[in-house]
Amino acid sequence: MYSLSAIDFAFMPLLGTVMLWYALPLVVSVSLVCAATRHELMRPILHHAVRFGAWVLVFMAVFVALLALLERLA
Amino acid sequence: MAKAILPAGYSRPEYDEPLEIELREPWIAALLAWVLPGLGHVYQGRTGKGLLFFICVFGTFAFGMWIGGGKVVYASSPGDEPWRWQYYCQLGLGAPVLPALLQKGNDDGQPHPLLGRFMAPPRQTPQPLLDSFGNETTQPNELAKWTVEMHPLYEVGTVYTVIAGLLNILVICDAYGGPLVLAPQKKNGQRDGERAEGTVEGAGAVVKG
Repeated sequence: MYSLSAIDFAFMPLLGTVMLWYALPLVVSVSLVCAATRHELMRPILHHAVRFGAWVLVFMAVFVALLALLERLA
Repeated sequence: MAKAILPAGYSRPEYDEPLEIELREPWIAALLAWVLPGLGHVYQGRTGKGLLFFICVFGTFAFGMWIGGGKVVYASSPGDEPWRWQYYCQLGLGAPVLPALLQKGNDDGQPHPLLGRFMAPPRQTPQPLLDSFGNETTQPNELAKWTVEMHPLYEVGTVYTVIAGLLNILVICDAYGGPLVLAPQKKNGQRDGERAEGTVEGAGAVVKG
């Protein structure tokens, strides 16, 4: 029966960091689609998508920081 | 034939004229947008946006399918749930997920004559699993095997395909009614009902039949 070893536990934070990279294509895709449903021309779509994507990334960063803070306090 | 009209200065601040968008037959465009992301826009002659939607939405779906080993889309789990809730979201993607409907109820593990095991529900019988360390375990069913085998990419792939399906609902709305126009911000001291110069207060895209 396979069980988690100390090495696996040591690499868990690294795994979490690697998993965060999977959010990036999703942020790009969601930003572009949402922006394109609010504009018709390519330039305003791209401007809106950049602002939207930046907001999402800032929101995620704040959320991660809050979780890290809670973890330290617990 | 229907048209959507974006207010003057909304997308192009340098122009004073409103932007007219030809929607042709909105119901047909919406149906085509459901069948394949972006197809409705290509039908309306909005090729650039059609391509953008296809690349973003179908790309998200294809990436999710790839990292999930092609097993993240199926319609039901026999004996467990008659309809998988994720499939309701994935169904927004149209034709690419319809094979799962043909596979629904295929719980005996027999391959479909045309589709094989593509988008088939997981088998409910115990499944052997040999992990990368050479340990052999028995998983209670095929879904458990996929989850352990690909962890955590099975879940990530499912999320990708679910979001692709939900994004395509926005694309369908855009094909049907044109872009959702955001109301311009009011200037300081401006009251309700007053219009900022060169803009239309609180306007949405106007659809003309």
